[in-house]
Amino acid sequence: MASFIQLLVSGLATGAIYALIAVGFTLLWQTSQTINFAQGEFVMLPAFFVLAAMNFGAPFWLAALIAVALSIIILGLIFKFVIVDPMLKHGVLPLVISTIALSLFLKESAKDFYSSQAQPFPALVSPIDLHFLGAVISVQSLAVLAVAVASVLTLHLVLNNTRLGRMMQATAQNPILARILGVPVRRMVLYTFLINGILVAIASILISPIYLAKFTNGETLGMAAFLAAIIGGFNQVRGAILGGIILGVLDNLSAAYVSSQYRAAFPLIILIVVILWRPQGLLGRVEERTV
Amino acid sequence: MTRLGGIALVAAVVLALVLPQFLKGYGLYLISMWAVLTIAVLGLNLTLGYAGQVSLAQGAFVGIGAYTVALLMQAGWPFPLTFICAALLCFGIGWGLGYPALRVQHHYLAFITLAFNTLVFLLLRNEEWLTHGIYGVTGIMRPVLIGWSTGKPLDYYYFCVSMLTLVAGGLWWMIRSPWGRAFVALRENPIRALSLGLDTRRYTLMAFAIGSSLGGVSGALYAPLVQFIEPNSFALGLSFNLLLMLIVGGSGYFFGPFLGALVAVLLPEWLRVTQSYYLIAYAAAVMLMMAFCPSGLCGLLGRVAKALRSNRAAGAAAPALQGERTHP
Repeated sequence: MASFIQLLVSGLATGAIYALIAVGFTLLWQTSQTINFAQGEFVMLPAFFVLAAMNFGAPFWLAALIAVALSIIILGLIFKFVIVDPMLKHGVLPLVISTIALSLFLKESAKDFYSSQAQPFPALVSPIDLHFLGAVISVQSLAVLAVAVASVLTLHLVLNNTRLGRMMQATAQNPILARILGVPVRRMVLYTFLINGILVAIASILISPIYLAKFTNGETLGMAAFLAAIIGGFNQVRGAILGGIILGVLDNLSAAYVSSQYRAAFPLIILIVVILWRPQGLLGRVEERTV
Repeated sequence: MTRLGGIALVAAVVLALVLPQFLKGYGLYLISMWAVLTIAVLGLNLTLGYAGQVSLAQGAFVGIGAYTVALLMQAGWPFPLTFICAALLCFGIGWGLGYPALRVQHHYLAFITLAFNTLVFLLLRNEEWLTHGIYGVTGIMRPVLIGWSTGKPLDYYYFCVSMLTLVAGGLWWMIRSPWGRAFVALRENPIRALSLGLDTRRYTLMAFAIGSSLGGVSGALYAPLVQFIEPNSFALGLSFNLLLMLIVGGSGYFFGPFLGALVAVLLPEWLRVTQSYYLIAYAAAVMLMMAFCPSGLCGLLGRVAKALRSNRAAGAAAPALQGERTHP
């Protein structure tokens, strides 16, 4: 029971980070039909921004702010205007190829221009363990969980309870109608890219103390984001949150209780079952087919 | 096909036959690799380019083919038999992978096939009793075919190229047969195809099965070429690369896979002068290509040829010539 609680808490913490990444992923998909195969690398990169800023002598909090700003500019603005916009008119597949190439580009750049070695990354809080019903719970997991939940909740509130958020939702659901109703659709699409930039930066700062900052981090994280997004529902922010949490918890529990060799297989099997049984995801809406 | 295209094709065939005489070990290895990869991309072109079924699992089929041949040859089976086994096994598994495509399309299908690829990788890595796990299979012999030993690199290259010719010939015929038309109909408008009485279910499954079995054929040639296989070679990266080759060459064009595989095999070698930055340069080149010419090299060549022709035919009020493929 004690180890179960331990696994559950750390699973929730990673799950919350997956949820952050997956939410950004689904936002881009909803507003601009971008399947971002480089999302994992987007999470890998800001950690190196932090480290680079700290090498220049910035304290951690300042470095984190610089990393968020850089990732808004590079992974939000530049990504949208240089990579996505010129490709949109060509349809989904060329953009998929382009983001696959981008993921390679970012990964190799991090390796060549920073380091191919895993870099230690400062933790948010000091490594203290709490004892609770015999279980050992690290404060770090709790802090990660708190920050991730707070970020997702803030986003959820913004999207549902503000005028701006509702305009963004209108853009996602029906861009033509939204434009007719006077929503500045282009600006809303841009905002989703900027929000994605913030989300990946937060995720990066949260996960790097656990996984270390390494140029290959994107591979597993990107995959986790896709899986979470699809399991929960590609077209719903709520779905991505649920998908991320399920994935994180399941990953930890299955590794401990079923088979550590096949831990990577369980999410995939769930994915296949979900797609075949409920293609729109657990919380998703059905998308109409066009003839 | 136009005269210009005909000349280019003949020149390419002559080059493929004569050039290897002047190449040494590594050069021969590279062009053999080109022939082997082209077969896999041809299969993907059938599934994705013609039939419009997104598959990110072609690398897994190359892996299944390679392991089938390597393990059966170790058990003492003759190469031709293992080769047929690899093709049939991939045909069967590919048929099975086609069933999800009957329910879901586009990005969902992409993710199902992606998941399938990772599952195959995990099986190859973890089932040590069968696949030797991360240690891989070593010492795969090059086959002796009816008294012809393909042990030398040059001989093995000619064997690969003749298999490539066979496959390409078969596909050339198939694409012009009613089957090929049915595949294109499936890509362009599945619902309309269904309402015209086409058995879309059967053709979807066939598109997957045939494309996958070509992946298996490619793997069957890959194993004796590299003589050492391990699970990591057949992880997602290979599937992404094969997809990249197809799109860079030109998806849905018959000659796209040949060009795409050529670029993918040669470009890293040419970019070697940039040393460790070559992957960065390669990725940047692909992104530029997608932004300016998403129909790939074949589309680019088609555009150039069309411009040349319309220059020549200026004045004559000829209707615009259509390429071999109309874009969706």
